[in-house]
Amino acid sequence: MLDESRPIFLQIAGRIENDIVSGTLQEEGQVPSTNEFAAFFRINPATAAKGINRLVDEGLLYKRRGIGMFVATGAKARLLDRRREEFVQQYVQPLVHEAHKLGITSDQLIEIITGSTPQAASIERRVAQ
Amino acid sequence: MTNPPGVISLRNVTKRYRDTTALDGVTLDIEGGKIYGLLGRNGAGKTTLMSLLSAQNFETSGDVRVFGEHPYENDGVLARVCFVRESQKYPDDFKAGHALKAASLFFPGWDAAFAAELVDELQLPLKRSIKKLSRGQLSAVGVIIGLASRAEITVFDEPYLGLDAVARQIFYDRLVSDYAEHPRTIILSSHLIDEVANLLEHVILLDAGHVIIDDDAEAIRDSAATVLGAADAVASFVEGRTVLHRETLGTLASVTIDGRLTEAERAGAAYQGLELLPVSLQQLVIRKTKKQEHTERASASPIRTGARQ
Repeated sequence: MLDESRPIFLQIAGRIENDIVSGTLQEEGQVPSTNEFAAFFRINPATAAKGINRLVDEGLLYKRRGIGMFVATGAKARLLDRRREEFVQQYVQPLVHEAHKLGITSDQLIEIITGSTPQAASIERRVAQ
Repeated sequence: MTNPPGVISLRNVTKRYRDTTALDGVTLDIEGGKIYGLLGRNGAGKTTLMSLLSAQNFETSGDVRVFGEHPYENDGVLARVCFVRESQKYPDDFKAGHALKAASLFFPGWDAAFAAELVDELQLPLKRSIKKLSRGQLSAVGVIIGLASRAEITVFDEPYLGLDAVARQIFYDRLVSDYAEHPRTIILSSHLIDEVANLLEHVILLDAGHVIIDDDAEAIRDSAATVLGAADAVASFVEGRTVLHRETLGTLASVTIDGRLTEAERAGAAYQGLELLPVSLQQLVIRKTKKQEHTERASASPIRTGARQ
């Protein structure tokens, strides 16, 4: 569930973000408590708190005193914006880099991408006609 | 002496046995309210340090303070400290249940219901004579006493001996959940570092009687890195750094360096086609506590994080 690649608190924050993006955690829905995260992931509660507080500081989660932690309205849209910005750096650049290493030209790469996306392929066919 | 902040303080503490120095001028402050990992090789001084805190041993020189007082023959302090040691001795005629009963009388915070749950989960035969318990069952007695005592300072010295993977997982799970609900100071000594790494908030690493790391677990995580790539590029990247470990495979080199890398340095490594791998706590402990002659210095100005005291 957790690995050594990044600090644990960032992985916890990342998991919650993923759940918000995928809709597993709904806006205004309650998020498990720090202690529940700690017990589930078998990590120190202070580490879990650090991950959650990071999302609170960013305004993605908010605390209701005595009740718990909730997903803020608009959190999903904000996360989607951020993920789209990161998309080029995290996915496209490594893809292009690897393609060049393998001698795949930009045109071939575009062809592969359109070919592996059914909708895109059908759009292209229509455009060609 | 004014009381320093924190629950435990050691000032220049040395402990000598006949011809060995177990602790050599150790100065250490334990703030409290965290899970501490006390790590190091056998003979590094871990058990000696823990014994001093619970007055089961006496320092040769220096000053030990627990809750601001010396723990020796100090009932006020000792009722707040639970030391679960690997080789705990019990009276000959004791049954497992007697050990728990004795602990319940000694520790004011004892939670009998919690103890009963743990007995059930760890399947401890309460009516069996302590002498007839298996190694794992004996460890279970210690684990149950350590957790159910809810002592303000709880010290576990290799509490897992003989416990199988399932029982150890029960211990870790119960430790985390109970600590979360009842925060206190936990000091956990273990050689199974990979198993406990994520439970620790703070790490103290002893080597040959000295504290060589005393830092937040999170900070330690990126206090070292392994650089992997073409030998020439790796060599130039690590120049001027403290090298903890070096391996080569043909033209490929893997070098573990001590010290935090800046974002710019990380970007630089990526630009040169070098891969940066994280160093796990277990790997770091191995690298830092191998015999000194294996640790080479790459330059006169090494980057260091764990200050040697």
